[in-house]
Amino acid sequence: MFIGALFTTAKETRSREHEKDLRILVSNLPYEGLPKTKQPNRYFPGNAVKTTKYSLWFFIPMNLYEQFHRFANLYFVGLAVLNFVPAVEAFQPEVAIVPICVMLALTALKDGWEDCRRFRSDRRINHTSCRVYSRKVSGFVERHWKDVRVGDLVEVASNEIIPADLLLLHTSDLNGVCHIETASLDGETNLKRRLVVPGLNTQDSSFEPQNFHCTVAVEKPNDNLNQFKGYIETSDMKRLGFGIDSLLPRGCTVRNTDLATGFVVYTGHETKSMMNKNGPQYKRSKLECKMNIDVLFCVILLFSMCLIGALGHYVWLESLPSVPLFLTPGSHGHMDSNPLSGLYMFFTMIILLQIFIPISLYVSIEMVKMGQIFFITNDVDLYEEKTDSRVQCRALNIPEDLGNIHYVFSDKTGTLTENKMVFRRCSVTGTEYSHNENGKSGKLPSRTGWTLEDDQEPEAVQQSQEGQQPHSGGGHHRNKETGNAQGKAAFSSPLETEVVPDRKLLQRVLAGGGDWDGCGGIRRCEATDLYLDFFLALTVCNTVVVSTATTARAQRQRVPSLFQSPGEVLQTALQKMFVFSRLCHTLSSWQPMTEDLDTDHNSGCHHSAAGDQTSHRHQSTSEIDISAQRCYVAESPDEAALVHAAKVYGFMLIARTPNSVKVRLPHGVELNYQVLDTLNFDPHRKRMSVVLRHPISGEIVMYTKGADYTVMDKLIWACLNTAQKNVAASTQRHLNWYAKEGLHTLCFAKKVLSESAYKNWSLLRQEALAAIDNREELLMETAVNLEKQLTLLGATGIEDRLQECVPDTVMALREAGVRLWVLTGDKAETAINIAHASRLLDQEDLVIHMNTDDKAVCKSILDRSLEEGRRHTRPGYPGLSIGLVIDGHTLDMALQSDLVDRFLELARLCRSVLCCRVTPLQKSTVVKVVRERLKVMTLAVGDGANDVNMIQAADVGIGISGQEGMQAVMASDFSISCFKHMKKLLLVHGHWCNSRLSNMAIYFFYKNVTYVNLLFWYQFFCGFSGTSMIDIWLLIFFNLFFTSTPPIMFGVMDRDVSAETLLGLPELYRTGHESEGYSHFTFWIAMLDAFYQSLVCFFIPYLTYQGTDIDIYTFGSSMNTVSLFNILLHLAIEIKSWTLVHWVTMLGSVALYFTVTLVYSATCISCNPPSDPYWTTQQQMSEPIFYLVCVITTVVALLPRFTYRVLSNTLAPTPLIRARHLERLDPAIREQWIKEWRGFRGGPQGGRSYQKQTQEQEPSRITPTLSITNNHLGTPTRSAVRHHHNVEL
Amino acid sequence: MMASSYNAKEEDGNPSSATVHGGAGTVKNKKPDNTAFKQQRLPAWQPILTAGTVLPAFFVIGLIFIPIGIGLFVTSNNIKEFEACLYSVYSKYSFSSLSTLQIDYTGVDLSSPCFNCSQNYIWNSTTPCTCSVPFSLDQPFESNVFMYYGLSNFYQNHRRYVKSRDDSQLNGDLSSLKNPSKECEPYRTSENKPIAPCGAIANSLFNDTLDLYYIDPNGSRTAIPLVKKGIAWWTDKHVKFRNPAGNNLTVVFQGTSKPVNWRKPVYELDPSDSDNNGFINEDFIVWMRTAALPTFRKLYRIIQKKPNNMSPTLPRGQYILDVTYNYPVRSFEGRKRMILSTISWMGGKNPFLGIAYITVGSVCFFLGIVLLIIHHKYGNRNNNADIPN
Repeated sequence: MFIGALFTTAKETRSREHEKDLRILVSNLPYEGLPKTKQPNRYFPGNAVKTTKYSLWFFIPMNLYEQFHRFANLYFVGLAVLNFVPAVEAFQPEVAIVPICVMLALTALKDGWEDCRRFRSDRRINHTSCRVYSRKVSGFVERHWKDVRVGDLVEVASNEIIPADLLLLHTSDLNGVCHIETASLDGETNLKRRLVVPGLNTQDSSFEPQNFHCTVAVEKPNDNLNQFKGYIETSDMKRLGFGIDSLLPRGCTVRNTDLATGFVVYTGHETKSMMNKNGPQYKRSKLECKMNIDVLFCVILLFSMCLIGALGHYVWLESLPSVPLFLTPGSHGHMDSNPLSGLYMFFTMIILLQIFIPISLYVSIEMVKMGQIFFITNDVDLYEEKTDSRVQCRALNIPEDLGNIHYVFSDKTGTLTENKMVFRRCSVTGTEYSHNENGKSGKLPSRTGWTLEDDQEPEAVQQSQEGQQPHSGGGHHRNKETGNAQGKAAFSSPLETEVVPDRKLLQRVLAGGGDWDGCGGIRRCEATDLYLDFFLALTVCNTVVVSTATTARAQRQRVPSLFQSPGEVLQTALQKMFVFSRLCHTLSSWQPMTEDLDTDHNSGCHHSAAGDQTSHRHQSTSEIDISAQRCYVAESPDEAALVHAAKVYGFMLIARTPNSVKVRLPHGVELNYQVLDTLNFDPHRKRMSVVLRHPISGEIVMYTKGADYTVMDKLIWACLNTAQKNVAASTQRHLNWYAKEGLHTLCFAKKVLSESAYKNWSLLRQEALAAIDNREELLMETAVNLEKQLTLLGATGIEDRLQECVPDTVMALREAGVRLWVLTGDKAETAINIAHASRLLDQEDLVIHMNTDDKAVCKSILDRSLEEGRRHTRPGYPGLSIGLVIDGHTLDMALQSDLVDRFLELARLCRSVLCCRVTPLQKSTVVKVVRERLKVMTLAVGDGANDVNMIQAADVGIGISGQEGMQAVMASDFSISCFKHMKKLLLVHGHWCNSRLSNMAIYFFYKNVTYVNLLFWYQFFCGFSGTSMIDIWLLIFFNLFFTSTPPIMFGVMDRDVSAETLLGLPELYRTGHESEGYSHFTFWIAMLDAFYQSLVCFFIPYLTYQGTDIDIYTFGSSMNTVSLFNILLHLAIEIKSWTLVHWVTMLGSVALYFTVTLVYSATCISCNPPSDPYWTTQQQMSEPIFYLVCVITTVVALLPRFTYRVLSNTLAPTPLIRARHLERLDPAIREQWIKEWRGFRGGPQGGRSYQKQTQEQEPSRITPTLSITNNHLGTPTRSAVRHHHNVEL
Repeated sequence: MMASSYNAKEEDGNPSSATVHGGAGTVKNKKPDNTAFKQQRLPAWQPILTAGTVLPAFFVIGLIFIPIGIGLFVTSNNIKEFEACLYSVYSKYSFSSLSTLQIDYTGVDLSSPCFNCSQNYIWNSTTPCTCSVPFSLDQPFESNVFMYYGLSNFYQNHRRYVKSRDDSQLNGDLSSLKNPSKECEPYRTSENKPIAPCGAIANSLFNDTLDLYYIDPNGSRTAIPLVKKGIAWWTDKHVKFRNPAGNNLTVVFQGTSKPVNWRKPVYELDPSDSDNNGFINEDFIVWMRTAALPTFRKLYRIIQKKPNNMSPTLPRGQYILDVTYNYPVRSFEGRKRMILSTISWMGGKNPFLGIAYITVGSVCFFLGIVLLIIHHKYGNRNNNADIPN
């Protein structure tokens, strides 16, 4: 399609160059049965996938290669190798490689196990069967997935998974449409429509794969899920272009389509799904970064100790008058010179003291994190019944970062709010229709059994609903109950359908309809026409697909008994409508409102003749409705909400094909509009349009829907008369009002096109469509060209309710010292409203509003606000909390290099910041700037594709698996199912993981240093010769087995404060920010303590055994035992709660130590040649002095730490200690104390606001006192508004 | 990234089956088990270390440690241990309850009887140098007396030295006898014959001979019987060290060479007693158990209590220590000592442990008192009031 005269020569060469990037494929069928060398597509890989990293034979070398990419492993292997150099060896080299081998083997085992799982899953996938066309049998035959090749023709039936990337050639659908579900690819559960290659004439009933002789050219495989291009060259040299719309990607499921046949274009690893497969990204936690610095300190310490050893050895050798008896020459028979010996000694010392750098630390930390994640994912509080989902940890190595968050960046829609849209208000031709009933169906304490009742007795329900409507409605609750089934079926949940029509508007519509013969608007009444157009726009200007395939849907419903079909809800609504319609005397013309299964495909219109049968048809039709429900599958919840709203007013979307849309109008007229073009939504234009041809009048109309400012700008202001101007102004006023109420606003407009204008445009459009380069830009350009000079139809306000417990969670996070930023694409008014509702801002707060286009103004606002802010946040001054609201444009300016410092300074003073109308890119920029400039831990939480950047930019990314697909979840480190889970995730798990892991890491450093230093001190008594007085095996086992389990258990299971207390006192979270966590200070304290303890552990036995006939290994074994007790009891001081597991591991370690040592020294006569441990332990344990040494050493070593802990806990208890005291109290008294504590900490303000929050449940009741609504439109540079103080800046 | 969910789902075990076979029943509920373990609610003992809770511990430690310390100290003090500088023996020592005696016979000083011998550096000199060191005991040794030799500044714990041995050879392994371990280098072979026992430790075997004579008031010398068996660990003597199989040690050790510093081969260490000859010679075994610290003593002989005789093992009076001075220590500024001691149950004399116990006990007691005061002042606040002021 992109060849030919249209192109200049330059373009032609370019296109030829492009052909190099193309792949030319032909069908395999003519070559069937030929040997492989004759196959045209033999160069392409097969469809078998192999996700395993290793093969059976090369597992060991490959895994080792992989593991040696870790620096720590290289270090230890280097040391082990160094040990093989005779001049410097410290241990028997064969034994010294044991620890590193164990480490490598453990990791290899883990990798091997994972790989094995992958292998099995691969094998299962590769052996799944599919149907491939075979020429021999002239039909489709069963083949394994792995045998599918490029060029094959594959047939896929409904609900089957697509085996390879297929180019769609034929479907059983007459229009050549195939629906697929891409949940496994991008997580989106809504149906996507795919089309047969446009222009390819295969839709006649007899598609014969054998006759497919075209050449297919496709681009080289890439990982872009939304891009695919190529062309088919037919036998008559015609080129037919196609895009992503014709691709059935591997792994997706065919829905709603009986059969689809496709040509295999990519197989195996070249498919989109496989190209997109990459493992979880590796993030390094802050704790680990700090730890690495400390490891570096350890290296420095180690080197200085080795230097001391080397120098000491040299000096010692120098001090000897002559060669003494005990100085053994090397194997070459003579002594090395003293400096050389010193040099050798340096290396020997490195080997000897190598565990100074904790070899097991990294492996242990990994294990601990796995344990922590196990507990996080198993938390029943973080489980969501509705979606049957647990919290998922996708990044396995940063759970402790959750406990150290300073800034939380949150998306609004779908994160704070439910993203389940309810049609709330609309404004048509400047008149506002408030839909009060909908608004009132708010939050109500849940009533169980509601749904069942509802199912059985629709009449009763209706009554009760009517009875309760003024206060409650309960519909919201019901949605929750059924949501699990419906949630998956995209946006067809009952909530959106449950619109109660506004009486006035309904009358208006029906009245208008009375004047209108329904057949194409031949007679026109301006006003009515606008109403019709408005609803028509609501109905058709979208990409909603009507799905009638009940079977496909039903399979996915988990609890069918609880399931309430949308149809039934509609029925309820319809019955309500009756009440109104009776008043309107329009009963007779009302009939088509009821669902009708009559789905004839005739175009044009007809009058339904049902007439007054309506009333008694209700019950019967509603039952049928349940079985053949009409699901609206939309890409965004707004669209679904609008379609459902229109449906209530009688405008029902009946069917949509690529080229037509069938709508039933209020009076039973069915119109089949021809869809000439759809200008899809894109984030730049922020609007979408549909170009239709009226079936009767043949008029070409474009309906546009979009964000208010993008549509308002495109109105034909110039040729508006006063009345129209008034309409526009009042619509704008309504829009602002909606936004202030926290509603999503959308504007609708139309444009009538002349035939010629459309034709001209259409040509350009075709050209753009055919373009292979910068197609996107061209398409957008054409869209913008058309979308101008619009006529305003009206506006809608859609409500997005706050999620459950959001205010509570926000309050808790605030008390926890976390600053919350909300980054939203919405208008400032909407954002502020939501912020008030979710307690991000209090009524008393000082709110600084920044919205300007001028940089100088921006700067002055910043300066003024800073001054103001500093005044309010002076220490000791009980000032107000500050909130900052900033607009996208202004944010851009504020983030420029000269203002960014000021902006951040201001932001730091603010308790919460709202960034409105920001793009995804801005979101991530903000996160990055805050993270890098302020050097704080950031967390981003979001649910949509627009949050992906932000989630990836933050230290911790949390995805909410909500309504907008799974991209956010895929990019995130943790995924939760609703915002309220943040509370427990951060306050409890974050705190626990952080404190556990930091304590464990510190302990590991301490442990190794304490133990290794024993060897170091010994060097002073053995002429710095690098002797180890502890048997090498015991030395290795000590770290590897005797003292490894308790700290790991400690890291996984210790619990300083209970979950209840942590949730009750969010401010305990701050301890993670402050000293309690891992810091260099605690590290150095631990090091000092370690040095002290090792001195004690060495010198008390030394002084005791000094001058006796004790032999070297007995001496070492006593020290070994002493340090075991010392190290374990040190841990005992640190352990906060002793569960059975702790007892078992602690006592088990001691038992293991004694068993192993006793058995070893009883059996090892000459098993480990140079060392001589035989019977040492037994001998020693028969002497009472050994026990006396053990007791006194342990007491002296631990006394300082113990005393310090006792004194600090008594004299200056940290909040955590006080919280632990609280836990011991009686629940009732505890409650009292917690209240008082919070009251004190949060100040009177905090306490009060918390109370208020519990009282005020309904967010919409909180009305903002912001006074900028009216002037906002006219004065965009309005800068700052203060709530109470009204200081103009 | 996105497709990883595709894989994850399949790994979870419901790839296509869940969708193909469908049905509500097959979907597994992912709800975590509500068990105490998984919900981290295991019953736990949660001690809080505060003055109030640990008070008793401090007092208990204090009350236990102080008596132990006093006991140890008294016991240790009862083991009197003295170092005798030999040139002034007669005048200097006149103690009661003398239980340990150390005599430095290195011969550093000119006045020392062994000065001449100490100047002699030759290991293998055929004419042994002897010297006699007189000393006196003011108090008799009542029970068994253990005779040690002590070396100072002798680094038996040097890394290369410690390794330089072949335990298999010492355990009687014939192949190791003929082909000693590499670790023994450079004391592995001598004159192309394997050394038995090989290695630096064996090579540097302590080879002074010490004899003790009692000087009767009439001036005659009575040799004190020194028992040379039972000085090594039983397990070493009977399990770890073994002679190679064979009746005649001379034949067994044929083809091996004696260590270079030795004057006689290993099978002639104690020709008088075949059970104490070869590798199982106890002096040799004791030497082979390398000392932990550069100043050490090793058991040399036992002077047994005379049976059914009320007279002390070593009565008070004049003694002479006859030394066959072979072992050169001047090369490393070492010292050699002879030690007589009646070993108490805690080894030698060592007041350190007693003092340590007393000190630590007192400190704990003191801390206990401090904590009591603190607890009295602040403790109540902790128990109930948590509101900081």
